[in-house]
Amino acid sequence: MTVTLPPYEDVVARYEPVIGLETHVELGTNTKMFCGCPTDFGGQPNTRICPVCLGLAGSLPVANKAAIEATIRIGLALNCTIATWCRFARKNYFYPDMPKNYQISQYDEPLCIDGWLDVEVDGELVRIGIERVHLEEDTGKTLHVGGATGRIHGATESLVDYNRAGIPLVEIVTKPIPGTGALAPIVARAYVTELRDVIRSLDVSDVRMEQGSLRCDVNTSLNLPGEEWGTRTETKNVNSLRSVERAVRSEIIRQASVLDAGGRIVQETRHFHEDTGDTTSGRSKETATDYRYFPEPDLVPLAPDASWVASLKESLPELPRLHRKRLQTEWGLSDLDMQSVVNAGAVELIEQTIAAGTTPEGARKWWLGELARRANETGIELAAVGASPAHVAELQRLVDEGKLNDKLARTVLEGVIAGEGTPAEIMTARGLEVVSDTGALTAAVDEAIAANPDVAEKIREGKVAAAGALIGAVMKATRGQADAKTVRELIISRLS
Amino acid sequence: MAAISREEVAHLARLSRLAVTDQEIDLFAGQLDVILQAVARVGEVVAEDIPPTSHSVPLTNVLRDDVVQPCLTPEEALAGAPDAEEGRFRVPRILEEEA
Repeated sequence: MTVTLPPYEDVVARYEPVIGLETHVELGTNTKMFCGCPTDFGGQPNTRICPVCLGLAGSLPVANKAAIEATIRIGLALNCTIATWCRFARKNYFYPDMPKNYQISQYDEPLCIDGWLDVEVDGELVRIGIERVHLEEDTGKTLHVGGATGRIHGATESLVDYNRAGIPLVEIVTKPIPGTGALAPIVARAYVTELRDVIRSLDVSDVRMEQGSLRCDVNTSLNLPGEEWGTRTETKNVNSLRSVERAVRSEIIRQASVLDAGGRIVQETRHFHEDTGDTTSGRSKETATDYRYFPEPDLVPLAPDASWVASLKESLPELPRLHRKRLQTEWGLSDLDMQSVVNAGAVELIEQTIAAGTTPEGARKWWLGELARRANETGIELAAVGASPAHVAELQRLVDEGKLNDKLARTVLEGVIAGEGTPAEIMTARGLEVVSDTGALTAAVDEAIAANPDVAEKIREGKVAAAGALIGAVMKATRGQADAKTVRELIISRLS
Repeated sequence: MAAISREEVAHLARLSRLAVTDQEIDLFAGQLDVILQAVARVGEVVAEDIPPTSHSVPLTNVLRDDVVQPCLTPEEALAGAPDAEEGRFRVPRILEEEA
């Protein structure tokens, strides 16, 4: 059945959305949360597990100090209060992604509570309330076989790999975010982006959505102006920043179409589909979830004392928003120009390029110009486009030294992206260096003069501006490799 | 009054995926009731100045350094599994087929 969906602008003119985000971050510790198994991504199935991971009889979990400290640092960066005393809890459920039949998590005593994160949207700061930050263990990976598409539905059996089970996972939950109106999808995306940048700056996780080390669930509800908040749905499987925005937007439209038709929103889990950009209902639970949480008896309470927390606070780096402000001043950019740098995901790349010896203008020109265009065309992240900050710095240095002009530099950059080597190597290998040797250029200049006698005559009469046509002819003849300045001097000296 | 009802026992059995007969529900409800009554007696001495505890020893912050320890080999890891395939634990169908 096809339903005609109302246009987004129409929906947000009539309904007020309230959103909320639950984000999971896998920490980049060396070892798992409660045992000494390594946490590396990938690897052969079930090669990074031990009796604690498997919940074998007699095994005992012991909390990873680095994970606790990372979580406290995240909480501090998000302006949270750090609990002076809290416990882990067992979340009991029947599903084979945890061999213990429970997950060690935190329930009513999270490690960090009640904070906020300021997010910039269209030049305005939006303060997102943080409800809690807690620590738990990640689950294993199930592979459903026998079904049509690897989905759990129709599968005849499932195969489980517990390598991921037990990796420290931080859950960050926002307070409900009302009042953003039509901007709700953009606010959601801006929040996840800022959160990612904060966590990356803390160096506690690689926060890569495509590898699942940053995962996001999006809660959405709609209400009429002046009325109570509506029933919310929770959208899972949102695996990129762009998808966060799309998922909120499509769920707002879907809920409006249900409400417009006089229907009710069901509180449920929905799945986002990257290909179509819409959400479908997850499996509805026959009974209300009952996780029978209770304090984990195998672990003692955590009681971070004030001096420990203070020393962790000391270790916080300059946070991304303030860092960006400082860079903007150093680079002398307008708000708008800085915004395009941020939107292109180029802040760190430009920073590193400058550190490698380039001017801010030089660095920005390449990352926002040729490289951003290439990233857009191929649909990949700027950082993955194939050129490194060191490459860009070297390329600009060759331009500054007069060895490459802009056009040749772009050709060299093509080679860098194609993996042919460093800019200097490519310049030499492909013979792309600018020719400024007068001897080599004189013949080409004489040919151009001979081929364009009327232009030559004008220059002889003192119309130096006409030299451009002859320079163009020489550039063409030398496949763009002539040094334009030298050519110009040669033309004028030969015609005066 | 009983501290736990037959319905609650049946619910817990369902959550734990335990197949229990009607007679067993009666049996376990009675046994669990005795346990719960005993625990409830502790509640009678609850006082404002005694914080609840979940642990018998007064320890906090038992932590370990973030240092990698040896894991099991896949063979050892899978040794206790009822079934395995391609290095993974094999488990029966998770969802019941829908009608």
